[in-house]
Amino acid sequence: MTATEYKSYMTDKIGPLPFCAGCGHTTLIHALDKALVKLQPDPKNVVIVTDIGCIGLSDRYFTTNAFHGLHGRSITYACGLKLAKPELTVIALMGDGAAGIGGTHFLNVARRNIGITLLIGNNFNYGMTGGQHSVTTPSGGITSTTPWGNPEGPMDLCGTAAAAGGAWVYRTTSFDKDLPDIIAQAIEQPGYAFVDVWELCTAYYMPRNKLRKQELFELMESYGFKTGLVADKPRLEYSDNYRQAYEAGKGVLKPRILIEPKFDNKVDHQTGIIIAGSAGQKIKSAATLFAEGGIFAGLKAAQKDDYPITVQTGHSVAEIILSPERIDYTGIESPEYFVLISEDGLKRTRAKIASLPETCILYADNDIELPETKAQIRRIPFKDLAKEAGKLSLSTAAIALMLADSELYPIEAFETAISTFQSPKIAEINIKAVSAGVKATSESTTAG
Amino acid sequence: MGFEFIEGNEAIARGAIAAGCDFYASYPITPASSILHFMNEHVPEAGGLVIQAEDEIASMGFCLGASMAGRKVLTATSGPGISLYSENIGLAIMGETPLVIVNIQRQGPATGSATKGAEGDIQFTRWVTSGGLPVIALSPATVEEAYKLTYIAFNFSEWLRTPVFIMGSKETGVTKEAADLESIELPPRIDRKRVKSGLDEYLPHQFDSIEEVPAFSEFGGEYIARYTTSTHDKTAYLVTKPDVIQHMLDHYAAKIDSAVDELSLYKADYQDGADTLVISYGITSRSVEVAIRKAREQGRKISSLVLQTLWPVPEKVIKAAMNGIKKIVVPEMNMGQYLIEIERLAPPGIDIVPVLKMNTTLVTPDEIINEGGLL
Ligand SMILES: Cc1ncc(C[n+]2csc(CCOP(=O)(O)OP(=O)(O)O)c2C)c(N)n1
Ligand code: SF4
Ligand SMILES: [Mg+2]
Repeated sequence: MTATEYKSYMTDKIGPLPFCAGCGHTTLIHALDKALVKLQPDPKNVVIVTDIGCIGLSDRYFTTNAFHGLHGRSITYACGLKLAKPELTVIALMGDGAAGIGGTHFLNVARRNIGITLLIGNNFNYGMTGGQHSVTTPSGGITSTTPWGNPEGPMDLCGTAAAAGGAWVYRTTSFDKDLPDIIAQAIEQPGYAFVDVWELCTAYYMPRNKLRKQELFELMESYGFKTGLVADKPRLEYSDNYRQAYEAGKGVLKPRILIEPKFDNKVDHQTGIIIAGSAGQKIKSAATLFAEGGIFAGLKAAQKDDYPITVQTGHSVAEIILSPERIDYTGIESPEYFVLISEDGLKRTRAKIASLPETCILYADNDIELPETKAQIRRIPFKDLAKEAGKLSLSTAAIALMLADSELYPIEAFETAISTFQSPKIAEINIKAVSAGVKATSESTTAG
Repeated sequence: MGFEFIEGNEAIARGAIAAGCDFYASYPITPASSILHFMNEHVPEAGGLVIQAEDEIASMGFCLGASMAGRKVLTATSGPGISLYSENIGLAIMGETPLVIVNIQRQGPATGSATKGAEGDIQFTRWVTSGGLPVIALSPATVEEAYKLTYIAFNFSEWLRTPVFIMGSKETGVTKEAADLESIELPPRIDRKRVKSGLDEYLPHQFDSIEEVPAFSEFGGEYIARYTTSTHDKTAYLVTKPDVIQHMLDHYAAKIDSAVDELSLYKADYQDGADTLVISYGITSRSVEVAIRKAREQGRKISSLVLQTLWPVPEKVIKAAMNGIKKIVVPEMNMGQYLIEIERLAPPGIDIVPVLKMNTTLVTPDEIINEGGLL
């Protein structure tokens, strides 16, 4: 047998623990020390994480690493440390008050199965701030904030943690002789482990409610909550699971393709183009290819998209700027080309269309009733074009039509963008749509 | 040379990865979410970890824990998220925690026009935590600057062991532009100074002169490490002595204040004989560019100062730019925030003309020309 290397993980350099006489936190902290002594980890690999509350005064009495953070957030720091260095033993110590304010962390750490050990010194009230009620204060309990008896009901921390998927959950009291062993077991769990330790706050909850050891046991019994081992369902710890999921699911990342300009263009000033249509018409991606075509043609480009939060409904509007020079201002006050494919697009851009200048060419679907506008209107049978190009390629065809008509840059540059950035299958369909668009250009009519 | 057609948010993510970022946590929010998406795709590949937290408070908690365990850490949100970050931002400053925080600003306050642009969190960021301690904040105007300034933000953050903000906006974050990231020259990478090996003990906040940045030892490293949200001395143990507390607060301020020259990034376009100066930053600086070009074409002499560093205020630079100037135009996408700094720094007698707008649309070049009286 080898000699025990660490006889304690606590220091007496700063005096005894600061808690009131009889406070359950003292027992819990010493039990944690004994658990560590039992397990003999290197203190450099152990982090005690605490937050605000009487219990949070304890981390500095340990000779391990210590991280003392904001009220109710110790779980989050503990998770950050554990995720960054899974080999660390990370123990978060907090109060029932902290479990309340940090309720979402309390749920999510259990659900995620991040391998920290969570110890809650559950004394049914906020000790540090003067004995206010907490999420675990019993019904009828007297506290500073429930002077007539607590009208709220207590939360079953263990049941909640177990319901959230907590892999290892244990309920006991600070009077439990086995507490050090229970904590040691919790620390040994590779995944999430939580021990709910019911305690006496001798300054507030105990005197106000005549809650002594015997009454504490009776209380536990009266609730009908499960005690002892509440959940024991080990599963893969988060970091291991993360790696496994990543390895199994990782796709091959698309190689980064750089655009090297190789075509000419006829754009001699910053030019704004707007494409307006409906969700599902692939306006955004077609507009990106159009901009990329422009870059292939030696232009600078910018694109903004406008679509509702509910992306599969309503309008989809893309604003593209092409320019021979660096683009500074990215707004489009006076678009020079406007492609209006559907009613949804009109609904969103009606005011813009009404204020288009006479220099703007507006390619509008045959059937759309337009507001009064100075723009030069070209009526296009977009529905026929959709039949020819395919519904999903209509916006590509419409852009090709506008491009062939405006001659901003060569059609080949647009086709190059399509074949460079789209999968061969989709590219083939879209290149056909480009031809359909170009063909329709010559057939389009100018409205009088 | 070659171009990619990408949005500013992607450039931010790639700037972070170029700086060695290997931990990212955030909570989704428009218009910052695409940073989370991009990091999710690219960080695990290099052995790092990305987690979508349950809320913004947890995002910051994860980041602080990971940074103190030695990771290079990024988080990104928008104004509403910064509200939830704020208590932990104070902690990051106190704990001398390197961390880069991206704010892709959107129109507010509250939910505001959630998908629309503004640059309204400028003073909020400056005063985000108690006590008035200085912060560092950089403001990119283009996709390429988003890349470079994020990389530099990591350098500043590692060097000074403090959180650094990237003040993005919807307008630079989710607008796609042609960018040539590979040809951008980046300064040498800075990693936090590590404490010497073989000491008896590690003191997390050890400094001799007040502006000195303490050497770092990570949790789980060679030494026992400590970290605390409470007032503390160099050992990171709680203290209540007023002089020790003040000394530590002075230290947080001094390390940033003394670095202001190195932290001051800006673009100056001064014209001899100009009596008008436009001071701008972020997306609005690009409208200024056009406005000034137009005004100069009409024979007007106008100078422009574009600030890439907003905090700490590059006072020397701003004061020097004000030399011989009679009028300063300050356009902003908010109700007048950096304006306060300009008013504070301008000598008496200078005419200060704000051009302010927070209606979701860009400040236009014509608005700057007309309201600013540039012609
Ligand atoms: C954000 C925030 N809200 C409120 C407080 C005040 N506060 C400090 S401790 C505490 C309650 C602590 O109760 P508990 O977690 O049960 O610990 P105990 O003192 O009982 O050990 C509160 C409300 C705070 N520090 N921070
Ligand atoms: S106030 Fe209550 S919880 Fe705090 S130390 Fe005293 S007995 Fe313990
Ligand atoms: Mg309590």
